[in-house]
Amino acid sequence: MKYLDEFSNPELAKRLLDSIHEIATRRWAIMEVCGGQTHTIIRHGIDQLLPDEVEMIHGPGCPVCVTPLEIIDKALAIAAMPGVIFCSFGDMLRVPGSSQDLFRIKSAGGDVRVVYSPLDALTLARENPDKQVVFFGIGFETTAPANAMTVYQAKRLGIGNFSLLVSHVLVPPAIAAIMESPECRVQGFLAAGHVCSVMGTAEYPMLAEKYRVPIVVTGFEPLDILAGIRRTVMQLEAGSHVVENAYPRAVTDQGNEPARAMLRDVFEVTDRTWRGIGMIPRSGWRLSEAYRDFDAEARFNVAGMHTDESSLCRSGEVLQGLIKPHECAAFGKECTPRNPLGATMVSSEGACAAYYLYRRLELTAVSHV
Amino acid sequence: MSETDLESATSIDMSTWTCPVPLRDSPTIVMGHGGGGAMSGELIEHLFLPGFGPAARAEMGDSAVLARPGGRLAFSTDSFVVRPLFFPGGSIGDLAVNGTVNDLAMSGARPLYLSTSFILEEGTPLADIGRIAQAMGVAATAAGVQLVTGDTKVVDAGHGDGVYVNTAGIGVLDDGVDIRPARAAVGDVVIVSGAIGVHGVAIMSCREGLQFGTTIASDCAALNGLVADMIATGADIHVLRDPTRGGVAASLNEIARIAGVGVSLVERDLPIPEAVANACSLLGLDPLYVANEGKLIAIVPAQDSERLLAAMQNSELGKEAAIIGRCVAEHPRMVVARTGLGGNRVVDLPIGEQLPRIC
Repeated sequence: MKYLDEFSNPELAKRLLDSIHEIATRRWAIMEVCGGQTHTIIRHGIDQLLPDEVEMIHGPGCPVCVTPLEIIDKALAIAAMPGVIFCSFGDMLRVPGSSQDLFRIKSAGGDVRVVYSPLDALTLARENPDKQVVFFGIGFETTAPANAMTVYQAKRLGIGNFSLLVSHVLVPPAIAAIMESPECRVQGFLAAGHVCSVMGTAEYPMLAEKYRVPIVVTGFEPLDILAGIRRTVMQLEAGSHVVENAYPRAVTDQGNEPARAMLRDVFEVTDRTWRGIGMIPRSGWRLSEAYRDFDAEARFNVAGMHTDESSLCRSGEVLQGLIKPHECAAFGKECTPRNPLGATMVSSEGACAAYYLYRRLELTAVSHV
Repeated sequence: MSETDLESATSIDMSTWTCPVPLRDSPTIVMGHGGGGAMSGELIEHLFLPGFGPAARAEMGDSAVLARPGGRLAFSTDSFVVRPLFFPGGSIGDLAVNGTVNDLAMSGARPLYLSTSFILEEGTPLADIGRIAQAMGVAATAAGVQLVTGDTKVVDAGHGDGVYVNTAGIGVLDDGVDIRPARAAVGDVVIVSGAIGVHGVAIMSCREGLQFGTTIASDCAALNGLVADMIATGADIHVLRDPTRGGVAASLNEIARIAGVGVSLVERDLPIPEAVANACSLLGLDPLYVANEGKLIAIVPAQDSERLLAAMQNSELGKEAAIIGRCVAEHPRMVVARTGLGGNRVVDLPIGEQLPRIC
């Protein structure tokens, strides 16, 4: 793994930045879809180095941020049940539900565990046959194949004490929903490279054509981001709106065919509510009929739970790129990473948390050695 | 500690034990070991004292009676609850000794005496306790401190992670040494003594069963020798801090807040080993927030910085010392890093533990 330094090489970055400064003649608003890209942009201060003409709008691509309150509450309810081992990726633990988070469930005696792979949860299920092991399966197309594989293996191996609390979401319907919004300001997209490495690029030409927006498949290192922005600006300046792949080292047009086959087998498309955005038709996955037995919502009888989102938090507008995080009145005051009002303040990939962590200087002079 | 130390540490002589069955058949901690009776005494005599070796000074009184050293005293305490107990590059024993030694050294004190207090979980193998005691002995000897008093309690199985250790320590300060966070001043230079993020990544890599191509061993070490070399230069050291939990970011934030200065870092000057950078990238962590156990941050006036840096680089534990930033008048109480690309980012105080990102 030598790529880390190479893809943040300052001289190459400067050349790309110089080129962007040169070609940008008008104001453009570009959305990076993925939270990982937002993180890189803010973490490296890329948005400060771009010309004034190029505005980055932070999209809804943080899986933690868009998971609806209702699903979090269901997770909390299941995790608090006796005899349950509730497994999750680390950054879901601090996401607030209506009244508490998984950390508090854990401190009150719930068996909540951080895992690095859903397959670890399956191992736990085999090692604890007298317990019910639940994995919190959220995320975009990127995390879905591993979750699908876990359920597939559970069925194949007859591991009946495993189940998946699933709330998967899909990128293309979200792009469509953003473009359909009457207040939409987005003129071009950096598509999420890792989503495309699974799914390929076939879904995007239709969107580029219908909404007349350039879509550039983009990676996650600083040079990847700059290359994606540069190609998008070039298209915008030229009045073009096609799909380009600026991340060919990871993405092919077809994507990962075995992973897609697994996804088709285990999941089926469903309507999903996105935190802060609302219901987007056919924008998510749930377990298909053949794997419905592994659905934690049914197994633990929480499917009927209903929670309304808080009306104070403006994360919905942030997620749609309508306001910047610091334009929300609660930003940095009532709402901080320590006491997040909404999910965009929780995950380090969330636009509000990224702004809070790295950019509170906005109006402060900065000097350097 | 070396591999050989660990091996020999397991060979505590059980044959001299006088305690009744079932101990010899089941060489694990039982409730009786914390009862203050014969079994407690045997644990000390046959396990802790041999393990501590020449570093132990136990007259077995209710308190250690120590000669009064001249000058001002430094006094510190720390508890250690690390999981796993043994990890590449050390054990909870090394941490317990070096942690308190380093806390004392960060005020410029020469550490002299340590207390050791154990909370043992019923069922923990005595061989593990023996290894830990021996690691503490080796570490104390290396740091030049004596283990002068101690205590042992036992908790029910399931009520502890095997072993918890508390150490408290006393050190003595030479005249003229005045090292504390409030002295950080605008214009001061920030130096780190070597590669950052190593201990935290070593712990994570064995705790989570993650492999990063190479084994990353903890940097756990006593820093009092390095500090003595630094003080000997005559440099007017304003602040020393060992960036343990919360890493360099947490330490610099604390200093900035206490002293009311801004701290400006240059990211590309941070000594981050490739294996740490890779592991952090994979897990979505920032090396600035990852724990160190054998590194220090020094803040010194600019005119003393080159002299101090050279002395550090000549010392065994400071070979990779580097200047990483400055104290500035702008953005008081905040730490700001200039990124490799030339942007800025605020390096905030971490909220709790860093959480691995989902993707």
